[in-house]
Amino acid sequence: MTEQNRQVEDLHLQNLTKKFGEHTAVDTLNLTIPAGSFFALLGASGCGKTTTLRMVAGLEDPTEGTISIGDRDITGTRAFERPVNTVFQSYALFPHLDIFENVAFGLRRRKVKDVKPQVERMLELVELGSMARRKPTQLSGGQQQRVAVARALINQPDVLLLDEPLGALDLKLRRQMQIELKRIQTEVGTTFVHVTHDQEEAMTMADTVAVMNSGRIEQLGHPADIYELPRTVFVANFLGQSNLFQGHKTGVSGEDYVVSAHAQNFAVPSARTFTDGDSIIVGVRPEKMTVLDASDAGGIPEHHNRVAGRVTDVSYMGVSTQYLVMTSWDQELTVFEQNVVVGDRSAVGDEVVIHWSPRHTFGLNGAAGTSVGVDPDVLELEAVNQALAADVVEG
Amino acid sequence: MAAVIPQAAATKPSSVAARKSRTGYLLLFPGIAWLGVFFAIPLVTLFATSLQTPIEGKTGKYQPGFAVGNYADAIAQYWPQFLRSFLYAGTATLLALAIAYPLAYFIAFRAGKWRSLMLVLVVAPSFASFLLRTYAWKTILADDGVITSTLNNLHLLPDGRILNTWIAVVAGLTYNFLPFMILPLYAALEKIDPRFIEAASDLYASPVTAFRKITWPLSLPGVVAGTLLTFIPAAGDYINASLLGSPKNRMIGNAIQNNFIEFRDYPMASALSFILMAIILVLVFTYIRRAGTEDLV
Amino acid sequence: MRWLRKNFIGIFAILVLIYLFIPIAVIMVLSFNNPVGKFNLSWNEFSTDAWTGLCDVPGVCSSFVKSVEIGLMSTLFATILGTMISFALVRYRFRGRSTTNLLIFLPMATPEVVMGASLLALFLNMKFPLGILTITVAHIMFIISFVVVTVKARLQGMDPRLEEAARDLYAGPRAVFRYVTFPLVLPGILGAALLGFSLSFDDFIISYFNAGTMVTFPIFIWGAAQRGIPVQVNALATLVFLIALAIVLGGQFVNYRRRKKLEAPLAVPSAPPMVADAMSRS
Repeated sequence: MTEQNRQVEDLHLQNLTKKFGEHTAVDTLNLTIPAGSFFALLGASGCGKTTTLRMVAGLEDPTEGTISIGDRDITGTRAFERPVNTVFQSYALFPHLDIFENVAFGLRRRKVKDVKPQVERMLELVELGSMARRKPTQLSGGQQQRVAVARALINQPDVLLLDEPLGALDLKLRRQMQIELKRIQTEVGTTFVHVTHDQEEAMTMADTVAVMNSGRIEQLGHPADIYELPRTVFVANFLGQSNLFQGHKTGVSGEDYVVSAHAQNFAVPSARTFTDGDSIIVGVRPEKMTVLDASDAGGIPEHHNRVAGRVTDVSYMGVSTQYLVMTSWDQELTVFEQNVVVGDRSAVGDEVVIHWSPRHTFGLNGAAGTSVGVDPDVLELEAVNQALAADVVEG
Repeated sequence: MAAVIPQAAATKPSSVAARKSRTGYLLLFPGIAWLGVFFAIPLVTLFATSLQTPIEGKTGKYQPGFAVGNYADAIAQYWPQFLRSFLYAGTATLLALAIAYPLAYFIAFRAGKWRSLMLVLVVAPSFASFLLRTYAWKTILADDGVITSTLNNLHLLPDGRILNTWIAVVAGLTYNFLPFMILPLYAALEKIDPRFIEAASDLYASPVTAFRKITWPLSLPGVVAGTLLTFIPAAGDYINASLLGSPKNRMIGNAIQNNFIEFRDYPMASALSFILMAIILVLVFTYIRRAGTEDLV
Repeated sequence: MRWLRKNFIGIFAILVLIYLFIPIAVIMVLSFNNPVGKFNLSWNEFSTDAWTGLCDVPGVCSSFVKSVEIGLMSTLFATILGTMISFALVRYRFRGRSTTNLLIFLPMATPEVVMGASLLALFLNMKFPLGILTITVAHIMFIISFVVVTVKARLQGMDPRLEEAARDLYAGPRAVFRYVTFPLVLPGILGAALLGFSLSFDDFIISYFNAGTMVTFPIFIWGAAQRGIPVQVNALATLVFLIALAIVLGGQFVNYRRRKKLEAPLAVPSAPPMVADAMSRS
């Protein structure tokens, strides 16, 4: 059922900046969100994604810059004047009104005469038709979330903003809601802008993902594109995981650069390298690597990149097995292998060789260092664990 | 499109902020002005009145003056009442704390679904006239009543009676201001996450230790608030003393009332009021210094 | 014995509650008394005369009505002024916040003798006649602070996101106030009004100082205390107590029923399998 056949226009953010005193939350953002797309703003907390969303909604005033829908500049307008609606993180359902009146709220404020048919249709769309007269506190989290979506969508906004709407739901429910929201967006055709810190969520739902860091966009593109080919260390570490080797270019071999890192040579396709300098960080995603027992190393194809090490951890995760492999230069690499052949796994302590195709390798600017984008809590935890382990061993 | 969203003219951020600030002052003004005129200024007038001197030849009439000596007279004449007021109020406050704390603790931690009902029951007696409630104690503590007789038989009463002694006055003060102690205590206790106490148990604290180290310190803001809200009105009260005590038990409130209404010695009455107010202000400001003003209101 | 120690606090709590109600019971019982002589201090014989002839004793009903009038007037003004202050404190920025907080707090911390006396001093010096006006003015003054405390707490407890959501849904500033802020604050305002009325109705000290020849219900009782309090006074006080109790308990009961409805099992409508699955698990 299509709600509408209407001209939806692109959302343009130009030089959008927001400063809170000394602190710059959003730094000269330039972004065009295509009409009718499902767009995700992805980043850690404090990166400016929610502030950006609130500026689009009209709940914050930009320090500089403009926001326009098509040709219309809406920067100076106030929230209640904009054709933009928000699904809030905590849902913000009006506790003193029942579900019907919550959903009808926007229509009533716009002086729509007969709200009943529209409200009932919208409640059917989100499968809550029988709950119309209940109060929000009588609904479960998942149901409240659907009411929040209905309440916003019924106004047929040009842009629908979603502020981490699935954060409060448990895992299975969240997965189902992700699919539901995507379905609704496809049916209705409105531009969705979805803010989240969950990179799996962003990649699952969105047509386009923008990774934000410290008020700026690090990389923007189709989920597969930015995942397979991150352009900065932050994106490589924040979106999924990466194994990164700090190195420098020593030569060229055909279409590949030869990069030396930790006394090893790696082949990195020049088309997948985003720096002109000699300092290059070699990167590869864990699922692209294969673990082979050291004694079988002879079977590795010539042109593959390879690293030798010792297995320090094996985690069986049902779908896949995660290996941690310690290299000779004390870097612990992560490898995911799909459990295709049951029982054929390396064990802790095994001497192994990891290999992967150069086609899956990418090269990044070496200046930043390899831990940008890793959650600082994780880094601290690793350090603490090492200290604790050393303490227990000596103790 | 269902409805047209009007394109309003862009509003400059600074004028919005300024408008907000002005509205704040407008909302504030009437109420604050009322308090200024009918609370603050009268205190000033009170002070001025306390310095007035009598007009020669006309008893009961006074003129503006600077008779600071009035204060010396006031203290010299009424220091027993001051002392008595603070003693009675202090005793009543301590008793109220001892009685209120377990009740507040129970309501906060053990009452579960009965919580609201119990709070209603705490407040409910206040719906009946304060004067009548105090007067009722004349019946309860009557010389030939159950309580007085029993205590007499146990030889616990030095005077042989409760009424018309300080005991009845303190008992009355304790009873009347008990809700003022219970509610702030409850409010503070209710904020304490019971999981703190669980954590303390997990870390080898006995129930008594957990109370001493965790619950009591965290409830202190409530203790202080309750103490202030009980002691201050109790110190100025004179109804309990009038109805339940003898002329030997008169408090400073009685003196103020007598001087204003009966004797018409306005300078004396004003001086007495001001001294009482000053002493109490010292207490309040000590509290504020610790806790700041935001939590007051 | 073990049981006693475990439940000590609970037993103590119940005892304290009983203690709080003993004088109330005395008042109620004595309202059905036919006393010997003028003083209604000890039980004599049962009689409903006081209840059937509530206004028989001159002054009882007139003072009661006066107290109600003063209560309504002062509560109305104090609630309006206090609510305005609460909004200013919670929603707006202004200079002199500490002083404002202090000025609002002090009346709650000042002994009634001092407030009554100082107002009397003001009125005397201004040669203003004492009467119903001065009493009402005084009552408004000390009720404002309590209104502010109550309404401010309610305002601060309100989720600010709700007003943002309203603005997001096309509500201009006036609509936000009318459809979201005000309905959510209203219970606090009503509670404050109730509190204010009870404070005004039962006030003695401040009223006594500023009444002149006007007699409110508490002033009547005080005057009668020396001569013997008429039984009708007990009856009226019992009546007021019961009405107030009924109102408060009624409010509690409504909340209780509302909460009970939340626990009722929700009906599962027919829906596509996936959504029904989600719903049964949510």
